[in-house]
Amino acid sequence: MVKTLKDVKPGETVTIVKYHHCGDIELRRHLLGMGFVKGTKVHVKKVAPFGDPIEMSIRGCDVCLRKEEAENIEVI
Amino acid sequence: MKKLIVGLAGNPNVGKTTVFNQLTGMHQHVGNWPGKTVERAEGYFNHGDYEYQIVDLPGNYALSAHSIEEIVSRDFIVDDDSDVIVNVVDAANIERNLYLTVQMMELGANMILALNMNDFAKRREHFINIDLMSELLGFPIIEINAKKKEGIEELLNTVEKQAANPINTSEKLAYGAELKEHLEDLQELIEKDDELLDVPSIWTAVKLLEKDSIVIQKVQQSSISSEIMVEVDKVSKHLYDIYNEGSEEVIANARYAFIDGLIAEAVEKPEVEKPTISDKIDRILTNRILAIPIFLVVMWVMFQIVFTLGSPMQEFINAVFTQWGEMAAAAIPNPYIASFVQKGLFCGVGGVLTFLPIIFLMFLCLSFLEDCGYLARAAFTLDLVMHKLVGLHGKAFIPMILGFGCGVPAVMATRTMEHESDRILAMMLIPFMSCTARLPIYAIFTAAFFPDNAGTMLLVMYLLGIIVALIIAALLKRTLFKGMSAPFVMELPTYKLPSVKGILIHTWEKVKGFIKKAATIILAAVVIIWVLSIFPLGVAYGSQQSILGMIGSAVAPIFAPLGFGTWQAAVAIIAGLLAKEAIVGTLGTLGGLDEDDEEGITSLVHDTFTPLSAFSFMAFSLLYIPCIAVLGVIKQETGTFKWPVLMTAITLVTAYVVTFLVYNIGTLMGFG
Repeated sequence: MVKTLKDVKPGETVTIVKYHHCGDIELRRHLLGMGFVKGTKVHVKKVAPFGDPIEMSIRGCDVCLRKEEAENIEVI
Repeated sequence: MKKLIVGLAGNPNVGKTTVFNQLTGMHQHVGNWPGKTVERAEGYFNHGDYEYQIVDLPGNYALSAHSIEEIVSRDFIVDDDSDVIVNVVDAANIERNLYLTVQMMELGANMILALNMNDFAKRREHFINIDLMSELLGFPIIEINAKKKEGIEELLNTVEKQAANPINTSEKLAYGAELKEHLEDLQELIEKDDELLDVPSIWTAVKLLEKDSIVIQKVQQSSISSEIMVEVDKVSKHLYDIYNEGSEEVIANARYAFIDGLIAEAVEKPEVEKPTISDKIDRILTNRILAIPIFLVVMWVMFQIVFTLGSPMQEFINAVFTQWGEMAAAAIPNPYIASFVQKGLFCGVGGVLTFLPIIFLMFLCLSFLEDCGYLARAAFTLDLVMHKLVGLHGKAFIPMILGFGCGVPAVMATRTMEHESDRILAMMLIPFMSCTARLPIYAIFTAAFFPDNAGTMLLVMYLLGIIVALIIAALLKRTLFKGMSAPFVMELPTYKLPSVKGILIHTWEKVKGFIKKAATIILAAVVIIWVLSIFPLGVAYGSQQSILGMIGSAVAPIFAPLGFGTWQAAVAIIAGLLAKEAIVGTLGTLGGLDEDDEEGITSLVHDTFTPLSAFSFMAFSLLYIPCIAVLGVIKQETGTFKWPVLMTAITLVTAYVVTFLVYNIGTLMGFG
């Protein structure tokens, strides 16, 4: 099974592998701008009280993504 | 005096606005970018021999064709004749911040980097070698502390120097050998057409590989467009074969590789980051259990400040203007002029001014919540609810809640959302939140028919509004706003103490904007209603013989299927366009009673309505066109009449359909 950013548990740190090409291109552009590029480390900090979105720290910034957006990013 | 035009660029939350405020103080002009709903803030000041014009570009992360904010910013850098671009960078987040810097380097922008909040970075043990970094980038870096106003003088001196000797910042930009080679091939092709050389060829080449629709359109005008596009396809495919990634990703990787190189050379960072104060605060504020109660408390306090504190001020202003109007009218011998002064001018101006206290208080609260960083956390906490229920952004919660107080500040509060589609959809739903101006209507009608269940009726009305809003949201999302869903990706900025100056300037700009733009629409509406009520001259004001009465009589049959087909009800509904609380007073005056004779109006309502038609009338008052002030402020916020007109149509149709169903189903079920 391929692991995506959506499956990462709070407290874990993962590395971005690639984007799934089914994802929205605008979104991908935006994420690339926020630093979500191949090889970058992402530390998942917490999940919102209702279970979505997810807060993570990337390149020193805290960013949150919805699960539907995180599931297009493959990580290890 | 020499003129200097300077653009301020940077990511959101880097203190760009603080720099702007420090430089320009109160000499600001906030408008919209031509034809866009994006705010354009400009400021002016003099420094030495220079007359500065500063343009605060919208905060963004990239310069793609991704959002209007980004397009506006890059158009400014590309097309406008700015002398210098000052790129404000948050030292603690320099890595991510440099991504935008690099894109401006692609444009060769004559740029200076203003390194802000370096003290904060140092506290996190991030040490930036400014001289080295500046050498590597090929343009000056000035350390500033925007809040304490430090380094600003040096920044301005550097701007003046660099305006005289522009730097082509694209020179030091270096992407990996493979990409560089392909970019050079493309650049060579592009350079064959002089028409395309208004921007550096590297920018065009990069944007073509990024599949930027606007740049592609421009290139298609070129005489050698097919040649270029063939090459672009070839390069994209080639890059895909090597990296197994789309060319956009290859470019983003290359930009970050350049940045990583800079950081490795010029920034010293600890192996493991220390937990920041923000992390500690977040342990409480976005805690699984505490987050929601805390949010509710924050909202409650905000609501109290805005409305409990603001309403008495509103009433006071209203009372003063009513009194002045009467006094002025009494002093004018001509009854028509007196009526105009009282019911047109004083009512109109008073009607505009009553909104000021709540707008002022709302922006104080909202600016504070936004600047300190809490707003983003609230959106994080509640996004799921807003997203799943209405398809809106988590930040839409605040306008919706404010909507229960008053639609005017609520519409203005949509500004906190970054994407236009989110903003406009939220605006379209605000009128269905039952604002306090509807309360007098409910009070009279429930007192007349449902005195024992007043609380329940009130709840039913609020719920009806919310349910209708949910349905409308679902419909709009599937039609007009189809595919306009904006990604959520949101930065959670570090908590900081907001600057009082910044909050006050922001609030003042908003209040000024309201007076200037929305006020004219409100005033015009008041005068129109006055004209309709007084003509033809000689008839009693607003009576059946007046134009307003005639219009009321003409449209009354339309309301008959809803249960209230009288001309009085129709006139009251028209009068309610000015302000919904006017509905009750109008029913009173049309029945020969005093405006504020509550008991009289209650028994009048009791005699002229049935319980079902009363319910139906309440529902209609809730759902039809919000008052003119809300329409005015939507025009002000969106910059076009399209949205207020559309809202008028949507609310009228919705009100009619829902009320029709309520009344006729009620009749069938025997409640008539």
